[in-house]
Parts: sequence; structure tokens; C-alpha cells
Amino acid sequence: MIELILSSAPLIARGLLITLLVSACVLLLGSVIGVGGGLGLLYGGRPLRLVVRFYVDTLRGIPQLVLIFAIFYGFPAIGLQVSAMIAGILALSLFCGAHVAEIVRGAVASIPRGQTDAALGLGLSFRQRLRHVIFPQAVVRILPAWVNTAVEIIKSSSLVSLVSVVDLTMAVQQVVGRTREALLFYAVAAALYFLLNFTLSMAGRRLERRFSHA
Amino acid sequence: MYQFNWRPVFDNFDLLLKGLVLGIGIALLSLAIGSIIGLAAAFCRVHGTRPLKFLAAAYVELVRNIPLLLIIYFVYFGLPLLGLSLFDNTWSFVLALSVYAGAYLAEVFRAGIEAVGKGQIEAARAIGLTRLQVARHVTIPLMFRVALPSLGNTFISLFKDTSVASAIAVPELTYGAIRINVNTWRVIEVYLVVGLMYLAACYAIAALLRQAERRYRVMH
Repeated sequence: MIELILSSAPLIARGLLITLLVSACVLLLGSVIGVGGGLGLLYGGRPLRLVVRFYVDTLRGIPQLVLIFAIFYGFPAIGLQVSAMIAGILALSLFCGAHVAEIVRGAVASIPRGQTDAALGLGLSFRQRLRHVIFPQAVVRILPAWVNTAVEIIKSSSLVSLVSVVDLTMAVQQVVGRTREALLFYAVAAALYFLLNFTLSMAGRRLERRFSHA
Repeated sequence: MYQFNWRPVFDNFDLLLKGLVLGIGIALLSLAIGSIIGLAAAFCRVHGTRPLKFLAAAYVELVRNIPLLLIIYFVYFGLPLLGLSLFDNTWSFVLALSVYAGAYLAEVFRAGIEAVGKGQIEAARAIGLTRLQVARHVTIPLMFRVALPSLGNTFISLFKDTSVASAIAVPELTYGAIRINVNTWRVIEVYLVVGLMYLAACYAIAALLRQAERRYRVMH
């Protein structure tokens, strides 16, 4: 058994790396979209608010897998060549962005109105208000929800295996196909996903505690 | 330039419609089975002995931190190796989704149980109800009212998660899209229609749930 695991370790390690890469790209891109979208929902003019609201509500009502398939099969049909990995990252980022936008909007909206009024009273510009008053308080409220989203995204990244990206899930499927040791290698994959996500949740909880004391 | 041709999609519309109905059915069934698992896990976590508490927590944390797809593979490809080949692909998926849902619902119900006032339970005990009767007539009904909004959200997520069943060829909506796409290559049309169907179903379910919530709202 040890031998079997050792001989498959390189493939599984590469898969894990791809899972990490995809998740990191999605979280980065999704957070950028989400912060932009959240600010659009909060401070945008009516047309911008409507557009962002439409984006957020649409993306949250469609399964991630459908988004991945739609981009992976749909983009080439309109002449845009995308690799499976890019299609997966794009689809999950759009989904992640919609969630983060809603988190950012909720967090900023929950900051008491008096804070903005006080900042206005001090004569701070819009940018200064965001940077020195709103963001520091919003981050504390965003963080716990963001960590939950990160865990969900790492889990969802397994869906890219269905468009043939060799992530951790696909790597394990390949190893199972070769060795016929399904239970053993599913357990290995489960352990790796669990360690990754559980560590992340724990770190999130810790940060949350630390911020809430400050 | 892409030429739209909607005919192949609407000629095969029954495939999508049947898929949608199957998806909602699977989500409902998994919600029901998951609620039983979740309720048991939640009671173990709140009122159980130490080993039970640990087991329930381990189940919840484990399942919530691994991808649904892996659980599906484990049930569909793994269980038969243990001599458990009782399930076809659809029932394998129902089992996987129920186990997955159970972990999320355990947390929902735990919050619900903890929200039931101590006074309510003491009052019930004082009029001579046994512990089981208290659970059945006081804790569980009150808990359900508290948990209703989260239950609704869980149902919508489960419905969206049924799309992953296409990975093991369960003929739900996403699998319908794959099949139409393979047969006719009307990729844009099919995914637009399927996306809209998911969206419409999600919003219809959400509207129904809001109505139920208004009806069963907890009075303060």
C-alpha cells in the first residue's frame, strides 16, 4: 500500500498544485470582481447598480458546473479559443465575484451611517473616506464570509476535472483507473482537501477572533 | 459569425424538462433524508455524550470540507468495492447528496436547537413531559420555525448541486444539456436555455419559500 501511494505521489502532487493554482486564481480574480461589484452596488449610479445587481442575481442562480460548461464549450463556438483551465477559472471567478460582491455590499452597509457622516464632517474626500474609515471596518466583517467562500471555491475547483483539467480530483481518478484502488485513493484525496480547507477555516476563525478584539 | 438555430433545442425540450423535474425531485428527497441525518447529528452535538459529540462534529467537519464530486465518486465507484452495489447512478447520487446535505443541515438545526429558550424546555419538563416528548412537541417544532429560512437556502443550493450528478450520467438538466450539445452542437442556445431554466426554478422556489416563511414566522 505504501509503495502504491509513493508511486502515485508525483501525479497526485501535481494535481494538488493545479487545484491550488486554480483556486488561487479564482479567489484573486473573484475578489477583484467582487470588490468592484460591491462598490458598484453601494455607490454606483442607477444604471450601474442595475447592471451589477443583474450580474450578481443571475450568477448566483446558475450552477457553477453549467457556467463552466457554457464557457468551455460556448467560447470556441463564438470564435474565442480558451483552454479548459482558463474556462474553469473564468467561470468560477464570475461565480465567486458575484458572491464576494454581495459580501462586500452587506459588510459596508452594516457599518453605521454615523461613520460616513463623521468622515464627511471632517472633510474627507470619497477616496479618503473609503480608505481610512469604511475599508478598515468592512474588512473585519468581510473576512469570515470571505474565508467561507474560499473553502467553497476550493471545493468547487474539483468541477474543472469535468472539463478534463488534471486537478487533484482528476489526478486521483486517473490513479484509481490505473491501480483499481478506489477507496484508498479517494481517502487520500479527501484527506488532502480536508487538510487544505480545515486549515483555512481555522486560520479564518483565528483572524476573526483577533480582529474582533481590536 | 455564430448562426442561431433554436429548433434542435426545442425539439429536445422534453429532455430538459424531465431533467429539471428530476433535479427538483432529487433535491427534495436529499433534503428529506439529509434532514433526518442532520437532525440526529445536531441532537448528538448538543445533547449527546462526549464520544457522540465528537463523532457528530467529525462527520460535519469532514463532509463540509471535501468536494461533493469526491463524495459522489466515493459512493458510485467506491461503495461497490465494499460489496455495496445496491445503487444505480441516480440512487448513488441521492445518497451522496443526502450525506452532503446532512452535514450542512446539522449546523442549521444546531443553531435552531440552541435558539429554543431554556424556559420553554423547563416549562415542558415541569408539566411532566419526558425528554423524548419535549424534543418531539417543543424543541423540534420551535427549531423548525427558526431554521426555516436556512432550510430554504439549503434546498436551493442542493437543487443547484444536482447539476454535478451529470458527472455520473444521471439524466438531470445539465446532463440533458450535454446530450443535446453532443447530438446537435447548438452550444450557445442550449446553455442559454438551461441557464434560464435553472434561474427561473431557483427564483420560483425562493418565492415559494418566502411565502412559507411569512406564514410560519416566529412571533416575538
